[in-house]
Amino acid sequence: MVVEAGLIYRTTREIRGPLLFVEGVRDVAYDEVVRVITAEGEVMGSVLDVSRDWALIQVFGETSGMDLNVGVRFTGETLKIPVSDELIGRIFSGSFEPLDGMSSPLSTDVRDVHGGVINPAARAVPSEFIQTGVSAIDGMNSLVRGQKLPIFSESGLPHNRLAAQIARQATIPGREEEFAIVFAAMGIKHEEAEFFREEFEKTGALSKSVMILNLADDPPIERLVTPRIAQTIAEYLAFDLDMHILVILTDMTNYAEALRSISIAREEIPTRKGYPGYLYSDLATIYERAGRIKGKRGSITLMPILTMPGGDITHPVPDLTGYITEGQLILERDLYLRGIYPPMNVLPSLSRLMKDGIGVGKTRRDHADVSNQLYMAYAEGTRARGLVRIVGVVGLSERERGYLEFADEFERRFVNQGYYENRSIEKTLDIAWDLLSMLPEEDLIRIREEYIKEFHPSYRGRG
Amino acid sequence: MELRGVIERINGSLVITRFEEEPKIGDLVEVGEMGLMGEIVRLSEKTAYIQCYEATSGLKPGEPVLDTGKPLVAELGPGLITTIFDGVQRSESTLWEIAGPFITRGIHIPALDRERRWHFEPRVEAGERVVGGDIIGVVRETEAVEHRILIPPGLRGRIREISEGDYTVVEPVAELETPWGERQELRMMQEWPVRTPRPYKERIPLVAPLITGQRVIDTFFPVAKGGAASIPGGFGTGKTVMLQQISKWADADIIVLIGCGERGNEMADVVTHFPKLIDPKTGEELIERTIIVANVSNMPVSAREASIYLGVTMGEYFRDQGYDVALMADSTSRWAEALRDVSGRLEEIPAERGFPAYLADRIAEIYERAGRVITLGSGERIGSLTILGAVSPPAGDFSEPVTTHTLRFIGTFWALDTELAFRRHFPAIHWLRSFTRYLDVASKWWSRFDPRWEEMRGKALELLEEASEIEETARIIGEKALPDEQRLVLLIAEMIREGFLVQNAFDEVDTYCEAEKQVALLRALMEFYDRTEPLVRKGIPIEKIRGLRVVPELMRLKERRGLEPIERAKAEMEREVRELEEEYREAI
Ligand SMILES: Nc1ncnc2c1ncn2[C@@H]1O[C@H](COP(=O)(O)OP(=O)(O)O)[C@@H](O)[C@H]1O
Ligand SMILES: [Mg+2]
Repeated sequence: MVVEAGLIYRTTREIRGPLLFVEGVRDVAYDEVVRVITAEGEVMGSVLDVSRDWALIQVFGETSGMDLNVGVRFTGETLKIPVSDELIGRIFSGSFEPLDGMSSPLSTDVRDVHGGVINPAARAVPSEFIQTGVSAIDGMNSLVRGQKLPIFSESGLPHNRLAAQIARQATIPGREEEFAIVFAAMGIKHEEAEFFREEFEKTGALSKSVMILNLADDPPIERLVTPRIAQTIAEYLAFDLDMHILVILTDMTNYAEALRSISIAREEIPTRKGYPGYLYSDLATIYERAGRIKGKRGSITLMPILTMPGGDITHPVPDLTGYITEGQLILERDLYLRGIYPPMNVLPSLSRLMKDGIGVGKTRRDHADVSNQLYMAYAEGTRARGLVRIVGVVGLSERERGYLEFADEFERRFVNQGYYENRSIEKTLDIAWDLLSMLPEEDLIRIREEYIKEFHPSYRGRG
Repeated sequence: MELRGVIERINGSLVITRFEEEPKIGDLVEVGEMGLMGEIVRLSEKTAYIQCYEATSGLKPGEPVLDTGKPLVAELGPGLITTIFDGVQRSESTLWEIAGPFITRGIHIPALDRERRWHFEPRVEAGERVVGGDIIGVVRETEAVEHRILIPPGLRGRIREISEGDYTVVEPVAELETPWGERQELRMMQEWPVRTPRPYKERIPLVAPLITGQRVIDTFFPVAKGGAASIPGGFGTGKTVMLQQISKWADADIIVLIGCGERGNEMADVVTHFPKLIDPKTGEELIERTIIVANVSNMPVSAREASIYLGVTMGEYFRDQGYDVALMADSTSRWAEALRDVSGRLEEIPAERGFPAYLADRIAEIYERAGRVITLGSGERIGSLTILGAVSPPAGDFSEPVTTHTLRFIGTFWALDTELAFRRHFPAIHWLRSFTRYLDVASKWWSRFDPRWEEMRGKALELLEEASEIEETARIIGEKALPDEQRLVLLIAEMIREGFLVQNAFDEVDTYCEAEKQVALLRALMEFYDRTEPLVRKGIPIEKIRGLRVVPELMRLKERRGLEPIERAKAEMEREVRELEEEYREAI
């Protein structure tokens, strides 16, 4: 943190939750960083509302135990961090204090953590297929470099494993460039953060990664700056140092709760479930920093992870996230309980940038059609599964029974795979064709006839 | 008149300022040392509440504010087409050149290029009398668009001088003498306050549908040129793709595409892909008739609010030139949220879900600006502005305020359905929950292809509806237990869905479907039902019908070019049906 000396005010009039109301201040800027000085040390805060003689401050640490005598020092700066290539391989706290025993990074190059807005005219459309080796993603919800694709999960599901597997396996077929990882934790458990650290260490990714950790027992309000620090570092690495960055942000629900607690303390009018109306815009200022820029080599691919309270996808955090990100990968308890890894329900999952990343010269020409057909057939199969509960298998028509069987096999052979299993896209598509051949050929109407002739197992080897 | 003030307080995008004298509400201001753009949204004597269009971080109380004395205006003239603007009409390409790939605050650039010269060809002569709305000359702005230079509304007089030549938008191209003997220079650029609708002579009835090449829209839920439509749906149900499809293929002269608080990559996608597409009508690149406003989700919220008005104003301006303009706003919910945000900071009393009580009025004001009109000026020039707005209801729940209020002011409602999207039935426009109030207009237009069009359309919708009722029953007793007549309805509904309603935007052939082909497809499907229904009634088992080779073929016709495959399929159908009749002659 870049901090400059300044006057210390002891004119706090009110402490309400994470907010301080300070009077008699002069020359304070909106969004300026403050240091709140207590007997135990210093905590950071920032100005939320300011008039000529008072300022409202949100404190990124604990306020319980503070009294009206706290010192408040205004730094004259908005929140900035120094950036340099020396950040690579480092581990920091959620407010950028070193956690790895090394000294605070120094640089003359400091960046505002709020970043700028990438000019839409300067954006390059992400279009390079990333092979994650996970069929449910590569085959049906393909990820491309520069995309923002979140994982919607529930507590207890293996979203961390999936993210780690993706981080380990992600490659651009035919190229050897690897991702460097910027990892930001918000309110997750120690063991979860430790899991990621070990995973990154095993693959050697740790030396190319930056970790920003705000854990479950760290101050919740600090989570408001954690993802912004991560994105600031990612932007620097991607757009100044030409690196390909995978940013993992977990758990965004904890972030949103921190935002909510500020909003409640300010007595703002909530919209849904106590969340403020600006949650959408606020999340956008984090997520939209991913992407590619014309004329720059690097990229930011973003994978936020969030747990849906009660598995409810209509909860404001997944809902608004889905409105901003370029798709979503959805993990479900039902699949998990049936032993499917990754327990991904492909139907509500989506990759909006898939169309630009697949097809001739990228994956295979039948890819889009095959994926489309799998969606249709699996939807048909799950519908049949719903019917079975009422009319029993005997009540199904032969056609419905075929689809039911398809759905089971699809989950077992296509979605399900090993944590260390890294499937090529050809392998994924071949499994898909094997499954589709269970269905009557005339039902494959989402697939062009020429591709059926070329790839359908019953035509193979017949020239 | 310019006024000076001093910042009193900063609360997010809201900046409270005390002026030396009372300013005007709606005035554009420059805030702070950085000169951030803002607009006065509330006034209490000399204290003004300013919504700032740029991020306010670092701003301090005590910094100066300058009131420009002008409201937020759009610059109108050659140079609009193909440009990508932000919410307050700065060219984003120019911003990129000046400031690099990240948007920097406090940059003031004019909307229209002041250096670029355009070839102006007069259409009136010295000595002629003109009134507001008259065309005095034209500029070939792009291959596809002739930009007609209009006398600004309210002005009239006699042309003293006018000459052909290459001019910038601010150089005089003509001189006018008003009835009061004043001389006035005429330039190609004019300004118009974005929040005020541009005037016209008269509203006139809507007469033609906007043909989009999207079957579910054109055939089932058409929107009239000059009408308004809304497309609500949860995330991922296909709002953006549909509005982009319409932008690409609609038979409008001018397209205004507003990305309001949505993704940056979607705007980049438009800028990247549109120039590669060719307009089936003019043979020109599709971008050559398109204006883009890109106010993305991470830009300051308040400029989002302005972006819609900006887009509508530019649309009206081309309407006034006698064009059919189609405007897409994606998404109006983000615009409404911007209203809510500002309202909340002003501490207004909220109505539902925190939205201000005037939300419905504001929505109405926007859709009211759609219409088909006789423009100002001598003569009977007709132009239209069609407004299509996406709505992004939280949790996909259509009972929320923006959706419900919008419903009252539009003529066509395209209800997107999550279940359809999950099975990749796109466009996921649900046939039972959507509606159009422009059926009369559409019927008249479509009857040129088939006098029985309305009947066929009605029958198809009826079958779809019947199928969904039968499905309800099937959910309880299983499809197998249904009588064959009902199973045939399920089959034909499936064929209509797959063979007609489903239309892949990314398929080279099917991305656009000509009107003739739409009619022919529908006719073929309905004929299939008419031919097979008697057979099933006579006792031919449904499995036999489903097994006909023409069934999958009918569902694939959409992906084949032209009409000829449709005729062939119909012949094939006839043959197969005859064979079946033959086979069962005895039994029957
Ligand atoms: N007409 C269509 N044809 C093919 N795919 C579509 C179509 N409409 C939507 N999709 C698919 O659905 C995804 C989401 O659509 P989009 O329009 O971005 O949704 P929304 O704007 O409602 O969030 C797209 O990325 C695309 O994969
Ligand atoms: Mg969209």
